Amino acid sequence: MGDFDYSVILDNLPLLIDGLKVTFLLTFLAVVGGIVLGTFLALIRIAKVPVFSWVAAAYVNFFRSLPLILVIFWLYFLVPLFLGRPVGSFYSVLIAFILFEAAYYSEIIRAGISSVRDGQIAAGRAIGLSYPQTMRYIVLPQAFRSMVPVLLTQAIVLFQDTSLVYVVGLKDFLVSAELVANRDQRLVEMFLFVAVVYFIFCFAGSLYARHLQRKLSA
Amino acid sequence: MIEINHASKWYGDFQVLDDCTTHVAKGEVVVVCGPSGSGKSTLIKCVNGLEAIGSGDINVDGLKVNGRKTNLNKLRSRIGMVFQSFELFPHMSVLDNVMLGQLKVLKRSSDEAQQRATLLLDQVGLSEHAGKYPAQLSGGQQQRVAIARGLAMDPIAMLFDEPTSALDPEMINDVLDVMVDLAQDGMTMMVVTHEMGFAQKVADRIVFMDEGKIVEDSPKDEFFKAQGSERAKEFLSKILTH
Repeated sequence: MGDFDYSVILDNLPLLIDGLKVTFLLTFLAVVGGIVLGTFLALIRIAKVPVFSWVAAAYVNFFRSLPLILVIFWLYFLVPLFLGRPVGSFYSVLIAFILFEAAYYSEIIRAGISSVRDGQIAAGRAIGLSYPQTMRYIVLPQAFRSMVPVLLTQAIVLFQDTSLVYVVGLKDFLVSAELVANRDQRLVEMFLFVAVVYFIFCFAGSLYARHLQRKLSA
Repeated sequence: MIEINHASKWYGDFQVLDDCTTHVAKGEVVVVCGPSGSGKSTLIKCVNGLEAIGSGDINVDGLKVNGRKTNLNKLRSRIGMVFQSFELFPHMSVLDNVMLGQLKVLKRSSDEAQQRATLLLDQVGLSEHAGKYPAQLSGGQQQRVAIARGLAMDPIAMLFDEPTSALDPEMINDVLDVMVDLAQDGMTMMVVTHEMGFAQKVADRIVFMDEGKIVEDSPKDEFFKAQGSERAKEFLSKILTH
């Protein structure tokens, strides 16, 4: 093991950091998009609007029954086809992640909404708030507060899952590292480095999620 | 003000309300009592449409609560309601709890809403707690905030659903004092409670319910002296001996 050459990491740091930026940007946008779409789906299901809530349920079950890698792959081909023009691999995988994650987020958010006591809805309605207003001002703020640790945990999973963009060749952190590894023939060093970086961010994130959970239940 | 005509309601096969008829006139205080499970909470929740009745009619200020064309949100904004478990909004300060309905439903300016909220919190003796969150207050204090929250909408009537049942004994009087003041100021009130002291002090009429039926509906003095039905006598002797 004496022939490790760590200088390959330092020498290619700008390239690796660019890749890491793509990974973080993708994670961030997918989390935000997934939560927005997921909240929308959860609200439709909870409001029990005929047809719509059935469609939302079908959507959630559909995406939860597919491997993520397949969704990424399909969307890579389908998005340009739908839009009639190429959009670049970043946007096609972003859409894939948002569509896919929304299904998971909607289930988390649905559980969060159900955890808010019925009496709170009654109290909101009793002062004359409409159903949407009651959701907006009373239920969702409480639901999200209780969900933050779970949402964060899901974001960490998503952060790891973004590495699946490998299949479409988007230059995220993993793909950038692999390019360097192959070019400089430093596979062991690079893949070890990649593993350490993923581990540090994910472990720190999990610790923080656990801390938040403990603070909430205190 | 509030007219309940032949209201019945079922949960599946179980009949919670059985042909209930009563009324609350403007400025009147009506206390609804009865053993648990007698339907009194359900009845009061039907008055502002939080629960729907199965048959019959409920009118508030001439508007049919169970009417298809009635704007229930608007009607509810004119009826204050206080719950057994307070149901303050835990993620908002006391002041914001009292302001929310004014801002979002009555569309008052935030200055106006704050003025009104501050005045009401003062009235219930809690002005120094305006910036706190509900969890920082005792049950009795929370319930008084809930009363202020209801009053902030300038309601034509107030509904109380066992407002003191979840409170420690030493806090009950603080809440009842606020309610007595309200009654004496002429507020129209329908109060589900077992506090017979409160009933004796300010109630105009007492409605006694059992098994979903209104068994007695009589002026206060008559209720406490005559005690018409056997069931009411039995109930009263049980809660008054302690």
